[in-house]
Amino acid sequence: MFEQWNGFVQGEWSREVNVRDFIQKNYTPYEGDDSFLAGATERTLKLWAEALELMKKEREKGILDVETKIPSTITSHGPGYLDKDLEQIVGFQSDAPLKRNIMPNGGIRTVKSALEAYGYELDPQTLETFSKYRKTHNDGVFAAYTADMRKVRHSGVITGLPDAYGRGRIIGDYRRVALYGVDFLIKDKMAQKDSLEVGIMSEDVIRLREEITEQITSLKELKAMAMSYGIDISNPAQTAKEAIQAVYFGYLGAVKEQDGAAMSLGRTSTFLDIYIERDLKAGIITEEEAQELMDHFVMKLRMVRFLRTPAYNELFSGDPTWVTESIGGMGIDGRPLVTKTSFRFLHTLTTLGPAPEPNLTVLWSTRLPQGFKNYCSKMSIQTSSIQYENDDLMRGYWGDDYGIACCVSAMRIGKQMQFFGARANLAKTLLYAINGGVDEKYNEQISPKFAPITSEYLDFDEVWEKFDQMMDWVASVYVNALNVIHYMHDKYCYEKLEMALHDKEILRTFATGIAGLSVVADSLSAIKYAKVKTIRNEAGLVTDYEIEGEYPAYGNNIEEADELAIKVVETFMAKIRKYPTYRNSYPTMSVLTITSNVVYGKKTGNTPDGRKAGQPFAPGANPMHGRDTKGAVASLASVAKLPYQDSQDGISNTFSIIPGSLGKTLDERVTNLIGLLDGYFAQNAHHLNVNVFDRETLLDAMDHPEKYPQLTVRVSGYAVNFIRLTREQQLDIINRTFHERV
Amino acid sequence: MKGKIHSIETCGTVDGPGIRYIVFTQGCPLRCKYCHNPDTWKMQDGQDADTEDLIQDIVKYKSFMQFSKGGVTISGGEPFLQPEFIKDLLEKCKANNLHTAIDTSGFVSIEKADPVLDFVDLVLLDIKCYNPESFKTLTGVPLEPTLQFAQHLAKRNIPIWLRYVLVPGLTDVQEDIEQLAKFLATFPNIERLDILPFHKMGEYKWEQLGYTYELTDTLEPTQVEVNKAREIFLKYNLPVH
Repeated sequence: MFEQWNGFVQGEWSREVNVRDFIQKNYTPYEGDDSFLAGATERTLKLWAEALELMKKEREKGILDVETKIPSTITSHGPGYLDKDLEQIVGFQSDAPLKRNIMPNGGIRTVKSALEAYGYELDPQTLETFSKYRKTHNDGVFAAYTADMRKVRHSGVITGLPDAYGRGRIIGDYRRVALYGVDFLIKDKMAQKDSLEVGIMSEDVIRLREEITEQITSLKELKAMAMSYGIDISNPAQTAKEAIQAVYFGYLGAVKEQDGAAMSLGRTSTFLDIYIERDLKAGIITEEEAQELMDHFVMKLRMVRFLRTPAYNELFSGDPTWVTESIGGMGIDGRPLVTKTSFRFLHTLTTLGPAPEPNLTVLWSTRLPQGFKNYCSKMSIQTSSIQYENDDLMRGYWGDDYGIACCVSAMRIGKQMQFFGARANLAKTLLYAINGGVDEKYNEQISPKFAPITSEYLDFDEVWEKFDQMMDWVASVYVNALNVIHYMHDKYCYEKLEMALHDKEILRTFATGIAGLSVVADSLSAIKYAKVKTIRNEAGLVTDYEIEGEYPAYGNNIEEADELAIKVVETFMAKIRKYPTYRNSYPTMSVLTITSNVVYGKKTGNTPDGRKAGQPFAPGANPMHGRDTKGAVASLASVAKLPYQDSQDGISNTFSIIPGSLGKTLDERVTNLIGLLDGYFAQNAHHLNVNVFDRETLLDAMDHPEKYPQLTVRVSGYAVNFIRLTREQQLDIINRTFHERV
Repeated sequence: MKGKIHSIETCGTVDGPGIRYIVFTQGCPLRCKYCHNPDTWKMQDGQDADTEDLIQDIVKYKSFMQFSKGGVTISGGEPFLQPEFIKDLLEKCKANNLHTAIDTSGFVSIEKADPVLDFVDLVLLDIKCYNPESFKTLTGVPLEPTLQFAQHLAKRNIPIWLRYVLVPGLTDVQEDIEQLAKFLATFPNIERLDILPFHKMGEYKWEQLGYTYELTDTLEPTQVEVNKAREIFLKYNLPVH
């Protein structure tokens, strides 16, 4: 036994890598309120002020600084400090804070154009290396893409595919670095490789042996990276400070090696609480010092940066990194997984002020301790910086040691990863069904020639039959494109450190997604319950629609409309399941757009629900703006009906309410928000972003951004710094349904 | 049973405790100068509703009401204009174990209201002014029935949340407020008293309906004015919120 484990209850975890077992045997649930929390120390305030100053400069310049020559690896850059004397937790991705790195393994063209967008030039030698001598993921994908795949990508019926950038949405179990030390993990990986000395070298065995070798290399690099800061992480962490530092180093190694779309942290707070509790009991640290350590850790997480292209920023605005931390939830033994450090993590919203990152995700259960519910609700009302996901629902699928990657994707930590697959535009798919696969904007045949609808008025049964066929075609091209992408990503851009912090045998999900659900549901409802007349151009293509009469819209808790949304989700998922997936991965789907609902809308013509060409879709699974007329709860109840079993990668809903609509006093608001969350999740809903502010605040922030440097807004699945959004994105948020009955 | 309603709000948080399903009934005998829902005045402008359909919709929200300790509020308009309709609906709510509240001006016939009250857990009562003349000017109807209704509620010991809209120049006379406070001080059943500062958010509706809004130049009360009224109620130990 390691001496660093003194005082811990031993168990299976002491003999083999099993962080969950360690947590279950050693954590202290906390059922009290927030009164024990300490404020920020002098050191924290000073350090954070320096960080804010740098961020201000960054905002003015676009990016603060960037490497143009040396590709980032775990050991390529650094050490870097913000203020060495003040920092309790150290480490940056480069040799200076907020300096961005280049990661050409995803695709060299993306790197080149991103640099150029900010006025930098890619070093010619690096360009040559990655054009001539070292193939990238992007090159691999385009070598294999079929004509159909190129077409759906170009027309925008499928968008955001990770074919030119890192796929992300993989969470390394960074806690393992603290609990076991890197040497133990290397030994474990060597044993895994030994177990693959088998009689038949099949392709699977060859690939896995190569991957484990890569993983071992990355662990060695991680040790070297830590040593460059004078810290040895060969052995288990002894103190809370060492544990936090080791977890952060694990994560830092990952973000130096990969710039995946979402680089999430996992579920660390209750794990870290065990170390903090041990130190507090031993009198090694005080509550102030415990908070200081968490503050400095979170500060680092807020300063993770990647180099992105302007096109990427258009899809996912506000420079998000999705450092998602999952907090709370219940254990399968019925004890809450809430600890004092769950509070301390959320308390950084007070000590450091609100911020979009880390992406704070509370795993909600109706059985969470009242003190924690009150605290979350209060912090949501004050900062709009928290999202909630249904632990009572997910626990049945993923156990009690899963975390959220990106926005809504649950995965067992260290035991599961996903092949991220962006999303299909189902609104556009519906238009293709009506026009026989001719794109309504480009006037090009995209799918094979299906029979178009020729009648003047749309007939529901005919539209559904054709939509069903078109979904089948889109699903086949979509799944096959993702197979190509992930084959190549594994080959050319493998996440060796993140996967080194996983078990040998893991579950891989194949995460597809859909956009435009509410547009499709309302279109189908209009066709079924009102009369929809087609308007054609000279070529006979339907380019517009006239609705005669009224139709029930999704978002009012009306069965007729909501069941159409459910039917679309079930049907498309069934189509996805029909096709073989890369590495026998388990097919899932999300109803999530992030901020790409604006871009999807731009690429989609007039739709039969009355939405005009170019207008944004509603984000995620939200009802369309202004069509949910029976109030916030009806809208929530509609979204709650969408089946999680057919969208196991998550169902995102964003909810904005003015403070007055939650009640008159803060106490009433806190209680009523808890009631909304409990009521919503008790109906098996999956996710809720909660925003509590007045429209006037946002309008003022548009005009006077300097007054709101930290104003944070939850959008589909993540949070953004409002003043960093484009004007178009800002207006989209302001125009969305605010629930405001007073 | 059929009745006329104006609309439904599923996320009511200011008309009774917790999260509430609110049925706004159509029709009102009062013509308050500051009314922010003048579109509920005329019975013929409402939409038809059936208590059977309404209760089926209401129970869909049971989880929200139970977790938040909320319930159903019938507001208006003046709900008591349709006593049979609301009685049937409230009876159905109670059969489903839901907390019920009714939001009224108190300008009702006690004889007709009494059977309804059997199914009411809480009354949100507006006493718009204690001066009979001002009351008449403000609302177009006499004050007396409202006071009698309040006393009837006291007799039956049905909890009241009393609401007082503070309108500068109309309902801010110290003496009137003092008299109202004195009247209420003897009631055993006042659980809460809210002072609602006058606002003009309903003004646009008056214009849309072609009515003349007389309070365009009236200012919203200042915090100091609200506090003054508050002090008076507090002097009589009323539970001002």
